[in-house]
Amino acid sequence: MSSNVTLPVAKEFEPRIVAFFCNWCTYTAGDLAGAARLAYAPNMRVIRLMCSGRVDPEFVLAALRQGADGVLIGGCHPGDCHYREGNYKCLRRFQLLCKFLRQMGVEEQRVRLEWIAASEGDKVQKIANEMTAQLKLLGPLRLQITPRVNGRPRAAECPPAPTKGVAP
Amino acid sequence: MIRQIHEPSRIGVYVCHCGMNIAAKVDVEDVRAFARSLPNVVVAKTYKFMCSDPGQEMIRKDIQEHDLNRVVVASCSPLLHEHTFRRACAAAGMNPFHLQMANIREQVSWVTPDCALATRKARALIHAAVRRVADHYPLAKERVNVHPAILVVGGGIAGIHAALVLANAGKKVYLVEREPSIGGHMAQLDKTFPTLDCSACILTPRMSQIRTHPNITLWTYAEIEEVAGFAGNFKVKVRHKPRYVKEELCVGCGECVSACVFKEGRVRDEFNQGLSKRKPIYMPFPQATPNVAVIDPQSCLKIMRGKCAMKCVEACPRAAIDFEQREEHTDIEVGAIILATGYRTFDARKIPEYGYGRFPNVYTMLEVERLVNAAGPTGGDITLRDGARPQTVGIIHCVGSRDRRHHPYCSNVCCMASLKMAHLVKERTGAEVFNFYIDMRATFKGYEEFYDQVLREGVQFIRGRVAEVTDWAIRPAEKGKLVIRVEDTLVGVVRRIPVDMVVLATAMEPQEDAAAVQRKFNISCSQDGFFLERHPKLGPVSTFSDGIFLAGVCQGPKDIPASVAQAGAAAAEALCLVDKGFVEIEPNTAFIDEAACSGCRTCIPLCPFQAITRDAVKGVAVINQALCKGCGTCVAACPSGAAGQNMFTDAQIYDEIEGVLADV
Repeated sequence: MSSNVTLPVAKEFEPRIVAFFCNWCTYTAGDLAGAARLAYAPNMRVIRLMCSGRVDPEFVLAALRQGADGVLIGGCHPGDCHYREGNYKCLRRFQLLCKFLRQMGVEEQRVRLEWIAASEGDKVQKIANEMTAQLKLLGPLRLQITPRVNGRPRAAECPPAPTKGVAP
Repeated sequence: MIRQIHEPSRIGVYVCHCGMNIAAKVDVEDVRAFARSLPNVVVAKTYKFMCSDPGQEMIRKDIQEHDLNRVVVASCSPLLHEHTFRRACAAAGMNPFHLQMANIREQVSWVTPDCALATRKARALIHAAVRRVADHYPLAKERVNVHPAILVVGGGIAGIHAALVLANAGKKVYLVEREPSIGGHMAQLDKTFPTLDCSACILTPRMSQIRTHPNITLWTYAEIEEVAGFAGNFKVKVRHKPRYVKEELCVGCGECVSACVFKEGRVRDEFNQGLSKRKPIYMPFPQATPNVAVIDPQSCLKIMRGKCAMKCVEACPRAAIDFEQREEHTDIEVGAIILATGYRTFDARKIPEYGYGRFPNVYTMLEVERLVNAAGPTGGDITLRDGARPQTVGIIHCVGSRDRRHHPYCSNVCCMASLKMAHLVKERTGAEVFNFYIDMRATFKGYEEFYDQVLREGVQFIRGRVAEVTDWAIRPAEKGKLVIRVEDTLVGVVRRIPVDMVVLATAMEPQEDAAAVQRKFNISCSQDGFFLERHPKLGPVSTFSDGIFLAGVCQGPKDIPASVAQAGAAAAEALCLVDKGFVEIEPNTAFIDEAACSGCRTCIPLCPFQAITRDAVKGVAVINQALCKGCGTCVAACPSGAAGQNMFTDAQIYDEIEGVLADV
């Protein structure tokens, strides 16, 4: 995974943030932040999902296990969910996940759930910057990992997607 | 399908320069070389504008020449061009769902000032997309028939225009208005700028067309209770409020109003902005459509106390009055919805220094519209509260708009409305008129010319935001008058202008229940509270919910010509959808792997659309593909991993996670 061009190596610790954004509100807000040229820290990498309700807590764990220093989940404001209440489902799981992460010794600033409406491009900018700054202070996440003991196997070892029930 | 999954991936990666939009920050050549080095990537290219015809043609050719079965396009947001590139892939015979986009414009080049960091982020996103796309499998959009009727919500000029356009095109239209009559704010205006057409004269013919059009079902005094379904197949529940007068019998003769036991009006007349009183039974206004009386349950003695001589019932020659009327509901099915719910005006009491509500002769613009109107409370006489004619009138612009304390936006119409009002007041009363403005915005056909005309008529213009309106006279000439204190920014002095009447050009703001309506229809609001359009330039009447369109001020402040234009556009978009006859549904639905399902029922109550049931024989969950909207909540909850979501399978997402985190 290398190319001919060498990129400068960052001196400072640059945290890696994986963000799960819902298609309707937060991902759109991310696009709006772009259209408005609201510059923010380049540490956040967005994965688009249809709804924050799709965020399986195991996605968060997988991200942390694979080297993310922080995870951001972005969904519609309460009451605004495109699917009526996916964001509430996400919130419920998130709270349980937070308890679990605390027990694992993961600082609570590392995993955040934010409601960001389609019009709130500035909030994407603000949170990306805020989280990057916080994670810089916290330093890298160092998890002791014993692969395949708890949770799902790594994605590379995942079986192919189940396909039953799909109209071909 | 399974054959394709195990077929080795042959991926093409296409990196777009987007002119300089991407190329100025992202080293596209480096990213291309990086992409080419990734496993299974057979070809990687850059192009100036990938979405252009030559760009798409390049992808099409490559798919055929290099036998590609996966394509990654790194360009703008998938929300913008995913369909473009899917089409290009499909044209080359590839399954369109074997495409993945990496958003390196909105999420990289436009938000990352540093070139090296932007390039690195672009590499990571492309890496994730290349990993993910290998897991894609063929899918097809499902076609669902569209219900040919259309619902228009709101009977102001925008709703009226949209309904008429659609009805004239032969479509069945339901027009739902919550007030007893259609007409909206335009019905309250006297003249319209810049041509000084009489508002009622141009509006009422359209209102009666609505009433008589065979394709339009008009429901006034009705509200939308519930909206379910999706583009092409909305199921809407309409609540009809009881007006206690049978609409089909009443001919609007007004006998009941004269006969009411209240000899004089006692209740604030909403149509006249409270400048007159009405009775509990009333006609909303002379040209009301439908021209049917309505009884206000908040003030009618019979409804409130159960006791009344009920003179209205006696007086009605057609026995139309019915105190037994109750709220009713109607369920309708429509293919498209146009929201034209309008606005309300800013409450001038929120700016106490202007004295509205404190000084009787401080009026809002809409109140003065009613005063100027021949059918208004004074019969068209512009008089003060004591009946005297004003000698001097001050019109204050930007009340509540362009004001960080209230609304930062410009309300768009107030400059022109103020000019029109200055002209009318001068014409009718000969009074001296002062306009207090911040900037004069007269930017549409004939507006600047109208401004010139008003200037020539001798209306005074003072540039500056008014500090306060006070009755504290410090000079003899100010005695008994309202004094407008303002910094004249063109002269550079603070001035005190004594006037008899103050008119506040209040801002347009979202309806009080805009947020509730937004939720009901599952659309978004922009930060100012107006409904959010899909794209500020290229989707000005669409929303993020397919099949729901916007018209008029509910989307943002605009004047009558703009509202009508937007209503026409919304009607055309709705017509497109309905005339096409079918909608294609994104195949991102959830599915169950029956072999893995334990039948635990966890997913069933989670589904917001009741799409999941349990097959009692097999003991497994079954997802109804027609009802599933593809949120994926059940997938995230399934404890045995039996639920999956097309286009967003666990494997795809895990690959994406690994991809964005890799050292690149």
